[in-house]
Amino acid sequence: MILSETKPFAEILTSLENDDKVFLLGCKGCAEASKTGGLQQVKEMKEKLEAEGKEVTGSTAVDFLCQKALVRSRLTPLKEKVLAADSVLVMSCGIGVQASAASISRVCRPACNTIPLGDSRGEWPSRERCRECGDCVLDFTGGICPLTKCSKSLLNGACGGASDGRCEVTPEKPCGWELIYYRLKGLGQLDRLKVYIQPKNFAKMEIPENVIPSTLYDIEFTEDGRAK
Amino acid sequence: MLSFQESLGKFTVTCEVGPLKGCDVSEIIEIAEVLKGKVHAANVTDQQSSVLRLGSMVTCHILKSNGLEPVLQVTGRDRNRIAIQSDLLSAAALGINNVLALTGDYQTHGDHPEAKGVFDLDSVNFLATLSTLNSGKDLAGKELTGVPNFCGGAVVNPGAAKEAAYQLQLIKMEKKAAVGAKFFQTQAVYDLKAFEQFMNDTAHIGVPILAGVIPLKSAGMARYMNKNVPGVSVPDIYIERMAQAEDKRREGMKITAELIRGLKDLCQGVHVMAIGTEKDVPEILADSGVL
Ligand code: SF4
Ligand code: SF4
Repeated sequence: MILSETKPFAEILTSLENDDKVFLLGCKGCAEASKTGGLQQVKEMKEKLEAEGKEVTGSTAVDFLCQKALVRSRLTPLKEKVLAADSVLVMSCGIGVQASAASISRVCRPACNTIPLGDSRGEWPSRERCRECGDCVLDFTGGICPLTKCSKSLLNGACGGASDGRCEVTPEKPCGWELIYYRLKGLGQLDRLKVYIQPKNFAKMEIPENVIPSTLYDIEFTEDGRAK
Repeated sequence: MLSFQESLGKFTVTCEVGPLKGCDVSEIIEIAEVLKGKVHAANVTDQQSSVLRLGSMVTCHILKSNGLEPVLQVTGRDRNRIAIQSDLLSAAALGINNVLALTGDYQTHGDHPEAKGVFDLDSVNFLATLSTLNSGKDLAGKELTGVPNFCGGAVVNPGAAKEAAYQLQLIKMEKKAAVGAKFFQTQAVYDLKAFEQFMNDTAHIGVPILAGVIPLKSAGMARYMNKNVPGVSVPDIYIERMAQAEDKRREGMKITAELIRGLKDLCQGVHVMAIGTEKDVPEILADSGVL
């Protein structure tokens, strides 16, 4: 799930300044769940834009805008309406906008901001996050990630700014290093905290180009001509 | 007067100079004039509280040119490891060798909350970097032309209230000492009993500890710190005295001098943080008997 929020309407209007005719494209995946790009929001956006004097040439919501093959097949029957527009306003996360822009020969403008969820998550909702740092240090920190649980991503211990166990940067959350302390204490492993951890090798956080297609669905392999 | 490094292990007196926002350095020159010969060194803060100001290094250079030995504070908030090492070499080239290595306050707390924080090196990595440069190499293992002689120090918050926060401070102190910290300066101390306990808990570390003191300006300031600054607890008796006092500035100076008198036998130095009232420091020190 990717979380998005609708941009302020004034910002959307500014981006559509020179477009009299607009096609609206929503997404029935995460954007519908975020209440930013489901059919309901598409309908509301249509009314708001028409009230501003825009002509909406057509609108739809695709199951998953992140899937370029779906974008193309679903829009084929609506081709004329899409091409009649000066631009397509895409009501989804940034991936949906990028996939639409890669699939449609019209300017695609984002109607939403994608909200950070704090690094990679498991497939099931949980509080654990991983920054995919390429050199895991969980062995030294009782299985709690200091990169994602500490707001400053400190590797060698707390900053000293925690107040009553709350993080100095984000008081809504507990200090990650205090969590690590109690975890290790419970395990009788406090000595782990004395191990010096080298600065991160950020080169390991660059995304290897060859893994990008391997994370796509099969159908996309075919589309990109990269089937295994 | 001993140099800062010679004073370490005896009784070191340092104070703090906060650069102003802008490039007018007349105030800094005046402060150097007042403080020189009265303290072993003056720390120069680095964009303290993430508020943009004149740079620490150039301020150190001005203090030094005006006869006051500086301690360069450097945070990892605004610099990656390339910038940190380059800045350190620049400091060494200017003859600035005392460095206080800090992680840095978070950028969202300052006056440019939209800024991108860096935090490439944490304070322990940073101290290790000073030791690496002192060995004549950079972090990539490459030979340097000219070998610097940094005296690296670190901060510690001795008043952390919760068990975890306190223990984490002690463990981090050990780590900092192990990678080469030559001195520690502490968060403001007002409770001598608690501080004595801290000194006992850290006796095995064997690195000089300079206790931080901040002159109070009002009872309100004391209450504010108690509420908002982790590890600082001003006892009621001082708050009461500040509330009663007619001349608050004098009373704050008096309390500070008393604290320093008490600290003299407990630790290896004091660090007077009188931001904005730097010029009061000599009088406080004279009153406390360390000058
Ligand atoms: S240390 Fe690195 S790899 Fe391990 S959980 Fe944290 S970000 Fe992920
Ligand atoms: S308070 Fe804790 S979690 Fe927050 S930045 Fe400091 S060490 Fe990290």
